[in-house]
Amino acid sequence: MPKRHRIMLAKAGLDGHDRGVRVVAMGLRDANFEVIYTGRRQTPEHIVNAAIQEDVDAIGLSILSGAHMTLFARILDLLKAKEAEDIMVFGGGIIPPDDAQELKQMGVKHIFGPGTAMDTIVAAINQSLGQQEVN
Amino acid sequence: MDKDKLAGLYQQWNQGPVEQALKKTPERANCAQTPAGIPNERLYTPLSLDEAGFDYAKDLGFPGQFPYTRGRDPLGYRSNYWLFMQYAGCGDAEEANKRYRYLLSQGQAGISVAFDLPTQVGLDSDDPMADGEVGKIGVAVSSLQDLETVFEGIPLNKLRQISLVANAMSSIILAMFLALAEKQGVPVDECTLRIQNDVLKEFISRGAYIFPPEPSIRLTTDVVTYCAQNHPAWLPITLCGYHIREAGANAVQEVAYCLANGLAYMDEVARRGAPMERVLPQLSAFCAVNMNFFEEIAKFRALRRLWARLVRERYGVGPEVNLGLSLVNFTAGSSLTAQQPMNNIVRVAVECLAGVLGGCQSLFPCSMDEAFATPTEAAVKVALRTQQIIANETGIGDTADPMGGSYYLESLTSEIEERALKMIEEIEALGGSVKAIDQGYFRRNIDEASYQWQKEVDTGARSIVGVNAYQEADEAPMEIFRPPAETQERQIARLRKLRRERDNDRVQKALERVRAVAATEENLIPALTEAARAYATMGEICGVLRSVFGEHNEGDI
Repeated sequence: MPKRHRIMLAKAGLDGHDRGVRVVAMGLRDANFEVIYTGRRQTPEHIVNAAIQEDVDAIGLSILSGAHMTLFARILDLLKAKEAEDIMVFGGGIIPPDDAQELKQMGVKHIFGPGTAMDTIVAAINQSLGQQEVN
Repeated sequence: MDKDKLAGLYQQWNQGPVEQALKKTPERANCAQTPAGIPNERLYTPLSLDEAGFDYAKDLGFPGQFPYTRGRDPLGYRSNYWLFMQYAGCGDAEEANKRYRYLLSQGQAGISVAFDLPTQVGLDSDDPMADGEVGKIGVAVSSLQDLETVFEGIPLNKLRQISLVANAMSSIILAMFLALAEKQGVPVDECTLRIQNDVLKEFISRGAYIFPPEPSIRLTTDVVTYCAQNHPAWLPITLCGYHIREAGANAVQEVAYCLANGLAYMDEVARRGAPMERVLPQLSAFCAVNMNFFEEIAKFRALRRLWARLVRERYGVGPEVNLGLSLVNFTAGSSLTAQQPMNNIVRVAVECLAGVLGGCQSLFPCSMDEAFATPTEAAVKVALRTQQIIANETGIGDTADPMGGSYYLESLTSEIEERALKMIEEIEALGGSVKAIDQGYFRRNIDEASYQWQKEVDTGARSIVGVNAYQEADEAPMEIFRPPAETQERQIARLRKLRRERDNDRVQKALERVRAVAATEENLIPALTEAARAYATMGEICGVLRSVFGEHNEGDI
């Protein structure tokens, strides 16, 4: 039985640029996802703990400060340590293409760069998590 | 020409050739309004200005004179071009020093220092939250020692301008700068210091806040009043619309929110009894230049006019005081696309043109590769050359305010001013910017505007080349800047050595003094300067202030 997907969107580290993540939050809500947005300046520990507690299907990280290699790796490690690797990780921000490739090899499912259409994001997440029920 | 006669001719045109043309080809839907939602008439004529009650002397005046619509400088760019700037600062203090020395050797007259995020939010480089962010997007400055290294071999008085992009921790950076000037033993007033020092926009948009809004304003005001008293030629605050715009606000919101914050600061500065006739002429505004050419030019002119009108009345200063905001224009990073990135060169050029036609005093162009990373040297050079081509080859600086008097532009200018004033009144009715922040006013409105924009792009109502129009499947990859890897370790090692070797008794005493003064209304800058001299670190000083002021926390939303 398909269900509504629960997504946690997060700003990890010190980067405060949250236009993208807020727009994605609104877009996913309009596409019938349940969205929890952590607000800015969260530690990877807080994000992973909250994601497990809230029983989300995926974590979406937004990073525009250049700290993406450190912060994504930390989130993936913590999920592994807490045996919560079933939570899918995706992200977006200012991320050079080579880094995006490397992040995908590390286990990040999708990287959505600037200019990605909302439909593309919704379709990619739905494809990875399985189609959700429609209202 | 007689007004009635003109109105008659206009009607004839509208009912004749226009009607016929419309029958053949209807108008595009996307020309109906500007991105900020201002209706675009089919044609603007002197009638449009009459309708708006336009009065040359009252609404335009002359460059360098109230209400500064036509510019802050009487000569426009006929004697000097605007300052060609580039934003730099990446890595640790040594790397930044090398870069600045190079730029100065190339004839750049000033330096703009960007700080890394840990520094911006008052954390030392070895704080766990700083992991991965040290030396990214700016230089790491954990103590006076780092600032000494940044300016090693660069006497401060030899620079025309030093610009410090410091906000929540601006008071501490100013203190470190004052301590540095003492160490260098140079007459520091020979150089103009510009401090961004606009903390409210951090709550509204960019997010590099530390303390709650109230004590944050106190620190901002400490910087302004200290400079007004001791270094009156400095530029102790720059009102920022840029970050608000980039967060998704439209051009009208950018003007309104930026100026509403300006009023919040100036009210507090006035309440402290600072000489407003000395403070107001030192103000600058830092705004975005986005892609809608005429709306942007009109925005800068409206911004200057509205501010001058607001503050002349509010603070009761005489006509001899220059109330023309000095404009620092920066092309809009959010207008750059990751798709077909070479096209960004054209976008930046168009934005630079609008920035100059809006009458800026200095201009920062983005580089074509900024949708991917901090720019490469090669990309930065193209951006610099873009400005030089505009200045030297186009002739747009050969007369002051060449766009002044355009029916369309003047109509837009008045419309933006009017709409922004309404928003400012709305904010004032909530109790001013701080109260509006507490009530989520800004974020709610910006969210709405940015989501609206995204939907217009997604539905194709708004076309962006390479993104939703004229896409290409296979794009050649672009060379990307790679930040040096070992910066963080080197910076942390230097910081730990400093903590071992400095006079820690002096540090403790200085920090206690900061704590004591923070609890009073006394200006904090002298106590902070002593802490800086003692090599107390950014994290230590902010730690003390956090214990007095508390911390701003956005929390889950």
